[in-house]
Amino acid sequence: MLKNRIIPCLDVKNGRVVKGINFVDLQDAGDPVEQAKIYSDGGADEICFLDITASNENRDTIYEVVKDTSKKCFVPLTVGGGVRSVEDISKLLNCGADKVSINTAAVQNADVVVQSSKKFGSQCIVVAIDAKKNGDKWEVFTHGGRNNTRIDALEFAKKMEESGAGELLVTSMDRDGTQVGYDIDLMAKISSMVNIPTIASGGVGDLDHLVDGIKLGNASAVLAASIFHYGKYSVKEAKEYLDSKGIPVRI
Amino acid sequence: MNVTIVDYNSGNISSVINSFKEVAKDKVNIAVTSDLTTIKASDKVVLPGQGSFKSCIDGLKNINGLIDTLNEFALESKKPLLGICVGLQMFADIGYEENETKGLGWISGKVSKIDNQGGKFKLPHIGWNEINIKKESKIFKNIENKSHMYFVHSYEFVPEDKSVISATTDYSTNVVCAAEKQNIFGTQFHPEKSDKIGLKIIDNFINL
Repeated sequence: MLKNRIIPCLDVKNGRVVKGINFVDLQDAGDPVEQAKIYSDGGADEICFLDITASNENRDTIYEVVKDTSKKCFVPLTVGGGVRSVEDISKLLNCGADKVSINTAAVQNADVVVQSSKKFGSQCIVVAIDAKKNGDKWEVFTHGGRNNTRIDALEFAKKMEESGAGELLVTSMDRDGTQVGYDIDLMAKISSMVNIPTIASGGVGDLDHLVDGIKLGNASAVLAASIFHYGKYSVKEAKEYLDSKGIPVRI
Repeated sequence: MNVTIVDYNSGNISSVINSFKEVAKDKVNIAVTSDLTTIKASDKVVLPGQGSFKSCIDGLKNINGLIDTLNEFALESKKPLLGICVGLQMFADIGYEENETKGLGWISGKVSKIDNQGGKFKLPHIGWNEINIKKESKIFKNIENKSHMYFVHSYEFVPEDKSVISATTDYSTNVVCAAEKQNIFGTQFHPEKSDKIGLKIIDNFINL
């Protein structure tokens, strides 16, 4: 039976982890490789890096991070943030990323998704959808949540599936950082609309939220950042909790 | 010992390279190339594969003499060869992804889309799934039945002779996830992405 995945996400800026695990025995809390290794040793099913480097001149730092991490972590590695073109995707994959997540570029030009999934295979193309509720619908945001495109998130999800995305990473902008749980309504709607796996993101504050993302939101995988970073829960504890709730996980 | 990972523009093979280098340490030479002489002189060959069946076969064809060299390595010299993901699928006679495409024909069978039961099962089949070991295999030495492996695929290898199946996984149907015929080994899952247990399979192959 296919297991639901737990994906810890690390924010990386100028090659350093911004919010990370705060363990006393950590040699270097800002080292993305060390943090990723802790997660993979702890049973993370995948690792996600979100590059939030703002300036263009430091953009290349992520490639070194990916290179080093992929030599130490032997679980899938997804990298997103600032991915603009098929060339960017190619570079990240060559450095050792297994999947690349595309956000703004996919909204601006769906052809990036079409071309890259043809070239590298759908399995490594994740489209990240940042959505915010407006009345009875959800709108797609780009540029790290700063720009409202007014595009309907559900229609966009369908379009991305048709363009060749292998997975959809759905983040609720309303919930992100709030720790009150995923936007289950949004997740469930998108999951039932598409035939590709969905990843729930944005808003996790406790382990029941992970359960809800899978049971109610029908997500194949759940992504979380802060609950793992600040040591509130370990990946292992999260998995044991999901297991106790009857959710199939890899233990 | 020399192990060659065949580099034929089959997509992203960095993870395969990293995992083999991690396991090999300094004991084994890992080459990454499409050079025919190097392949011929190798003790073992790894045939990775990402993307579609057709794009991988086209990739092999685009390198002059590569298919002949692989045929010779696997069928005449009978040296160990490991196909991963589409690398395994290409052992078949024929594949149906994109267009109908002729495979290497090393293990009779076809590659067709997983029956997702009208949308009940999402495709691609992405994530960790248990393997059901069907027969004793040297690459499964010290690997427990029901171990978790990482999968990413929408197509499955359906061999004619079921005795070549060394493991299956349960996703909609019993999907063949490892096949073996004498010196030819293949896994549908990605040992290079399957954590320590996956590295153990790579270690087993290197130590054959």
